[in-house]
Amino acid sequence: MIHQFRVHNTNIVLDVNSGAVHILDDIASEVLSCFDENGRPIEKELGIIRQKYGEVPVTEALSELETLKSEGLLFSSDPFEDIFSAETTPAVVKALCLHMAHDCNLRCKYCFAGEGNYHSEKSKMPFEVAKKAIDFVIESSGNRRNIEIDFFGGEPLLNLKVIKDTVLYAREKEKSHNKRFRFTITTNGLLLDDETMEYINNTMDNIVLSLDGRREINDAMRIRRDGSGCYEAIVPKFQKMVSIRKDKDYYIRGTFTGNNLDFSEDVLHMAELGFEQLSIEPVVLPDGSGIEIKREHLEIICSEYEKLALKLLKLRKQGKRVNFFHFMLDLEGGPCVAKRLRGCGSGTEYLAVTPQGDLYPCHQFAGIEEFKLGNVFTGIDKQDVVESFRGLNVYTKKSCRDCWAKFYCSGGCAANAWHFQKDLSGNYEIGCELEKKRVECALWLKAQELLG
Amino acid sequence: MKHIKTLSGNSLNKDLKKVGCGECQTSCQSACKTSCTVANQKCERE
Ligand code: SF4
Ligand code: SF4
Repeated sequence: MIHQFRVHNTNIVLDVNSGAVHILDDIASEVLSCFDENGRPIEKELGIIRQKYGEVPVTEALSELETLKSEGLLFSSDPFEDIFSAETTPAVVKALCLHMAHDCNLRCKYCFAGEGNYHSEKSKMPFEVAKKAIDFVIESSGNRRNIEIDFFGGEPLLNLKVIKDTVLYAREKEKSHNKRFRFTITTNGLLLDDETMEYINNTMDNIVLSLDGRREINDAMRIRRDGSGCYEAIVPKFQKMVSIRKDKDYYIRGTFTGNNLDFSEDVLHMAELGFEQLSIEPVVLPDGSGIEIKREHLEIICSEYEKLALKLLKLRKQGKRVNFFHFMLDLEGGPCVAKRLRGCGSGTEYLAVTPQGDLYPCHQFAGIEEFKLGNVFTGIDKQDVVESFRGLNVYTKKSCRDCWAKFYCSGGCAANAWHFQKDLSGNYEIGCELEKKRVECALWLKAQELLG
Repeated sequence: MKHIKTLSGNSLNKDLKKVGCGECQTSCQSACKTSCTVANQKCERE
């Protein structure tokens, strides 16, 4: 399978199964368009190209394409399906999302967790639950060494004391169990003061700071109880946080909605504020929410991604170190195929823990009764639900199997599939279109680096 | 080649015995978390 596309006048082809990427001139691109899906040139169509460009260049391009084919870099076959389609993920849990607080000091309009409380009573995770969660993951992680703990909410800093105690507890257990804990936190920033920043900087392997971009965009969505926006309060804190962060990981991450389809301006604004690790993602909300991404937005959003890629390239040429998360792609290294087939690991390797200690496949499923897998105190009791997650990979998902983006997307978000199609192995079509465009733009940016 | 520049060669179909150690980071792709496009993740195999 190949995927041939054009972004800003650059013709690119991705050979899906080998991961090879080639840049084509217009002749080679048109010649390649004359190949059928099995990689055989269709003579009749080539005739038209010959008339257009002449015999010699078309023959040259044809022979170059045939060379790539013979080297396994074009129309290569799929060696993975037989190996991986039957295989399920190993039954280890190695990452937990700890919902430190089902409560929030903001009322963001698009919040999937209601007002941070996941549509139930406000609550904070007691240390006993967090401690048990650490025990649970140590026990469930088998011989995996690296364990991830994500402090999430609502707003996790509403429960900072327990976070600190949990980190200490995990560190204490680390050596005796030969594990390495990595901590991350996602915060809206309101509660960041100097001491907290220092603590977070020293403790967290990664921090995610929520900001939607331009002041008016951010403040239309990320509001306090009284309706006031939070931009003014958080931007200086984030700037300080990032300045002490130096080379450690962080992202400034935002959400764009149907109201700011010109979100490349928001990314640029983040860069202007001095931030370098940037991410902005489309809101995922059901139809009728008012600010959801609609099918009719797709064309605009796709061209906005292309615009963003161009703007980023320009910034980089000016020597600015800006990274847009979804355009980062490691063509040489990157994760292995096994990882690419399965993606997030929700329901298997990755579980969410509510303040009460209930286990869910991930934060997006929290509170949905049929997905309550068990509890950190009593273990997993819905093994059948776990099994249904274990079986998910790009070969078992109907739409993904034949999708060219499968090794970059890894099958999308199970929660979205369930929310939109009530089927874990379904897909969220709008998400797919956007993912594919992001991969195209990422490849285009790589191509520009090569072309200089 | 005159008409084609290869940006990257075979990057996926390497030694298939050496895959799937599972030590790498989990990756959430939903809008509420950043979330990595899987392909930008680091391999942890030492
Ligand atoms: S883009 Fe959609 S169809 Fe393609 S792999 Fe991702 S989820 Fe599957
Ligand atoms: S199912 Fe979706 S929301 Fe949940 S961890 Fe996976 S990508 Fe993230």
